[in-house]
Amino acid sequence: MNAPSLPLPLLLPLALGALLLIGARLPLSVQRFIGLLGTLCVLAAALDLLALTAQGDVLATAIGGWPPPLGIVLVCDRLSALMLTLTGLLGTAALLYASGGLDASGRHFHALFQFQLFGLVGTFLTGDLFNLFVFFEVLLIASYGLLMHGGGPARTRAALHYVVLNLVGSSLFLLGAALIYAATGTLNLADLAVRLGQLTPADARLAGAGGLLLFTVFALKAALPPLHAWMVPAYAAASAPVAALFAILTKVGLYAMLRLLSLVPDTGSGSGFAGSTTWLLTGAAVLTITAGSLGALASTRLGTMIGYLVMLSMGTLLAGIAPGTAQGLAAALYYLVHTTLITAGLFMLADLVANGRAQGDRLIIGDPPRDARILAPLFLLGAIAIAGLPPLSGFLGKAWILIAVQDLAATGPAVWPWIWAAVLGSSFVVLLGVSRAGVLLLWRRRGSASRQGSAANAVACRSGLARPALVGTSALLAASPLLMMFAGPLTSFTLATARQTLDNGEYVAAVAGLVPRTSAVNEEGAHR
Amino acid sequence: MEWLVATMIGLLIGCGICLLLRSRSFPVVLGLLLLSYGVNLFVFAAGGLHVDQPPLIASGPPYADPLPQALVLTAIVIGFAMTAFVLMLALRALSELGSDRVDERQGDEES
Repeated sequence: MNAPSLPLPLLLPLALGALLLIGARLPLSVQRFIGLLGTLCVLAAALDLLALTAQGDVLATAIGGWPPPLGIVLVCDRLSALMLTLTGLLGTAALLYASGGLDASGRHFHALFQFQLFGLVGTFLTGDLFNLFVFFEVLLIASYGLLMHGGGPARTRAALHYVVLNLVGSSLFLLGAALIYAATGTLNLADLAVRLGQLTPADARLAGAGGLLLFTVFALKAALPPLHAWMVPAYAAASAPVAALFAILTKVGLYAMLRLLSLVPDTGSGSGFAGSTTWLLTGAAVLTITAGSLGALASTRLGTMIGYLVMLSMGTLLAGIAPGTAQGLAAALYYLVHTTLITAGLFMLADLVANGRAQGDRLIIGDPPRDARILAPLFLLGAIAIAGLPPLSGFLGKAWILIAVQDLAATGPAVWPWIWAAVLGSSFVVLLGVSRAGVLLLWRRRGSASRQGSAANAVACRSGLARPALVGTSALLAASPLLMMFAGPLTSFTLATARQTLDNGEYVAAVAGLVPRTSAVNEEGAHR
Repeated sequence: MEWLVATMIGLLIGCGICLLLRSRSFPVVLGLLLLSYGVNLFVFAAGGLHVDQPPLIASGPPYADPLPQALVLTAIVIGFAMTAFVLMLALRALSELGSDRVDERQGDEES
């Protein structure tokens, strides 16, 4: 289905970001207004795309009228629309939080934020491997700026590692893309899906090497061990709204991985991915879950702990994806929405707690933060959600993933005992970690000299709760009960999304529909 | 020619990786630069190597594949911007942390 309005969510943040860059001297209130306007437009456009794709249509448009496979195409299916909506929601909440005063601590915050949205939207919409690379770079360079926002040695050190590792990742991405091009003669995803099935064995090996290189790059973006070392320091050092927005950056890696995996031709096994892919993903998942839960338990700061929880959630998501079945993928997508919103909310909550406390977010006994009466229930909500306890959405997502991988036992590789052990064990460890954090941060107070301590606390903490910040945080954390209440329609949507993603027929057909009937150039797309 | 190009790409990428593994930020930046040169050449070669053939489809049948050339142009621009950024960042890290070691740890991580 052709959709001329598809570039709109892409162009709006770009235009507004450029406007904000020119108007860097505008009053902060005007910048906030423009920034929020842009983010709300992305959200509105995403919801529109969600409604358009809900019936199973795949929208596609060729930029500038140049037909695929050589022209640039934008494609939006259910998965893209879901990720875009998530981006819009997260962006709105993060920008609300930043408007509480954090955006004043450095220049160009709002412009960088719009460019970050531009990169994210582009990554989710692009139907082309090379443009995936370009949009990765766009979102990365915006994220470098955002990470440095506010300055300070800790951020500089974290940013240096983050930037160097991601630049190496970009080089590997180009190598992988070039290998795939050399083997297949195309970079268009829909075209690839067709041609990958028709390769000679030698070319298939070349494309396989390229695919594995790309997998490595996406694993780096998704912070899978052993490529995770950059992630926790960077997320813990970033300012709260930036860390919250970064919660979706790791999911970008996962999204790209999913797109790549959905291209792999069906070998006729009928039970998801090939056995080796399932084992590879399961191994990565178990390793990520183990490293993430150990890190969360060993953290000495709340920010670091939430960074490890983000990593842990990547492992849980991979565990759902590993079998390659629609049930598992649907469960993982439901869990993805849950975990992105909740970890983002927790990053913001950690900042609110740190602001109200003389000891910051260090996990030592001190004075409870000011406004603990508001923060403690929010923390309880977030803790229950992230640990996966009933009755909130984390429980539902994890339970569904567990059931889905067990279903595979009859037909595919027997990975489920590994996944069950990792997911259930990590839930217990996370529960230990977050309850320890909650007790230390919000419950216990220093016994002696408490009056003196609380006086010092009142001096040391910066200010009371900023209202936009609190609204943003509670909105994100309230997502969990909402996801639980509307689990019925949501799960049927993610199930439909998963089916559409795994069966790439509609995707290919939508892009192929863009090719004009009489085009001599296209027939020469094969370069040799 | 294939032999020469392959050797050059291997040399550039090998030197790049070697420099990347150093612990000071300047060699690391140089390593990134060499790595991106090697990768750009690799992308360029992905469409096959041709002599005396223009990358223009309109010019008739004997043409070099134009797509990798367009891709490598984009990649060069992006790589340039990224190198400039990482250079500025390394300078800033040098002035803020007082050292150009990439693994520099200071005592602010105590609890």
